[in-house]
Amino acid sequence: MSSSRILPNAPIGKAAVFPAEGWARWRSLVRFLRRNPALVLGVVLLVLLFLFAVIGAYVTDPKDAQPLAARPLLKPSAAYPFGTDKLGRDLFATIIAGIPLTLRIGLLAGLIGLGTGTVLGFVSAYYGGWVDTIIRGVVDVGLTIPGLMVLIILAISFSGRLNVNNMALIVGLLAWLYPARVIRSQVLTLKQRPYIEVARLTGMSGLEIIFLELMPNLLPYLAASLVGAISSAILASIGLEALGLGPVDSPTLGMTIYWAILNGAVINRWWWWWAPPIVVISILFNGLYLLSMGLDEIANPRARRSL
Amino acid sequence: MRFNYIIRRIGFFLIIIWLAASVNFFLPRLSGQDPIREKLMREAMIGGATQTGMEQIIKTYEVKFGLNRPLYLQYFSYLGDVARGDFNYSIAHYPTRVIDMLRDALPWTVGLLSVSFLISFFVGTFLGALFGWPRTPRYIQWLFGPLLSLNAIPYFLLGLVMLYLFSFAVKWLPSGGGYERGTLPILNLKFLLDLAYHAILPALSILLAQIGGWALGMRAMMVTTQGEDYMIFADAKGLSERTLFLRYAMRNAILPQVTGMALVLGQLISGAVLVEVVFQYPGIGSLLWRAIRETDYFVVQGVVFFSIVTIGLATLLLDLLYPVLDPRISYEK
Repeated sequence: MSSSRILPNAPIGKAAVFPAEGWARWRSLVRFLRRNPALVLGVVLLVLLFLFAVIGAYVTDPKDAQPLAARPLLKPSAAYPFGTDKLGRDLFATIIAGIPLTLRIGLLAGLIGLGTGTVLGFVSAYYGGWVDTIIRGVVDVGLTIPGLMVLIILAISFSGRLNVNNMALIVGLLAWLYPARVIRSQVLTLKQRPYIEVARLTGMSGLEIIFLELMPNLLPYLAASLVGAISSAILASIGLEALGLGPVDSPTLGMTIYWAILNGAVINRWWWWWAPPIVVISILFNGLYLLSMGLDEIANPRARRSL
Repeated sequence: MRFNYIIRRIGFFLIIIWLAASVNFFLPRLSGQDPIREKLMREAMIGGATQTGMEQIIKTYEVKFGLNRPLYLQYFSYLGDVARGDFNYSIAHYPTRVIDMLRDALPWTVGLLSVSFLISFFVGTFLGALFGWPRTPRYIQWLFGPLLSLNAIPYFLLGLVMLYLFSFAVKWLPSGGGYERGTLPILNLKFLLDLAYHAILPALSILLAQIGGWALGMRAMMVTTQGEDYMIFADAKGLSERTLFLRYAMRNAILPQVTGMALVLGQLISGAVLVEVVFQYPGIGSLLWRAIRETDYFVVQGVVFFSIVTIGLATLLLDLLYPVLDPRISYEK
């Protein structure tokens, strides 16, 4: 792969921003992106999905995503590009309405997870001692436990009263574990660097060091953790929804899958009911996966694929 | 020997069991009401088919949980029940005990999961080793991208697509269930073949989704080993390609993969539960699906408890096996 041409110690995130003007700057950006095809492909997939959702929102009416908006079980046609389901919903409108809802669950839960995880990771690494022992213990145990199972217990206690927002809260409950672990280990290594020592000697306060010295260096890790947290939150929410523990009134992508499974769409050969949400979810996950791989390459130049 | 390590590891497992029980006890109470009691009351009001025994359950429930007692006493009596393996009655199928339903379902899940998990580990690791080996033919390298892409997709969605393709579009494989309807589950060759025949699709959807993840990790490790001195030395000695690949590179690259197994197990059962739903496979996933439909809280709690404990047990076994695999680790201080 082309990445072998990079110097081993070049901070790749900054190497692209040479003091260059106009055309030269553009060329260096292209060169940077060519070294990181995963990042480019991931962004392209996500942008395509975003455009699909935005343009779709202009041409569809959200009311068509509700039951009884059309005749049930129509095959895809010019009027209904994705057909209609058994409950009489226009599936194109349902998917278009579902994409932002699912993304919202992912984003909210991902931000909750990243925020909590970062704070705990910092506290754990910076202060050490028994605080560190407890946080690390909880994270270790939490990561071996099947998360979806814990969420099922929580979601079923709220069942019938679930909406998109408290869905995000439930899923966000476990989304902090992985970010906490990543941030903790990064802070632990950064803490030892000479420039932190210098900052401390020049009399910077703890908060100043955290925000002015540590945070900028953690940015790629924070970004990679956020993408990871978002994608596992969406995965968990789709899992809960497919089991029927989701917002019954909202046409999220997972709920569309749930209705399709519940009504035996596969057995009845209503392929247009389950195929579009699966395609959209696959594009979404592949986009997030590639994006996180790309960000990972920026964050860990050492671990870069050196083929 | 590693006595201390083993004791510590078993202690960790006990903590997981305790945690699984506590999750079941405390999380439902976070919602500010007692959903089980509500459900029981509702069932009792509706009456009908489930009426028989409902008063009995409510009485047992109230006595057992002593709902007017302080929370910590309720908690301790609950832990006592769990320790005795008492998971109460199913609400929807009254005289059946939850523990019996789980006993029927768990072997299916454990069987399906362990087989597909191990196959995916070995196939994925081997493929990953090939992907990370510079002299692997091009056409094998091409598999890497598609496998990674499948790895990003939730298993059960892959299962849904495969179900449609292989049992409806071309009708090669059965559309669901654990074995042919109407046959008796007796241990003979015919039944075992039927069992395998029905397990192909669910296992395949877990397999295909998992292989990419193992391959990715192994590939990275193989690339790292190639720079090592012992590789250069072995190459200079003129050892055969095969020895270099299997005994030098793979042997050293595989250890982090084994560590990775413990982390994957947790996600595995979450995904497999949904695969079972898609294929109506008679394991705990289908049990869970039905229990959620019938708001049968005790069954849901039982499934959650046992899946956490099963995964905890598998992780324990892995951790105990790990020092055997890697002679450099002794866990002695």
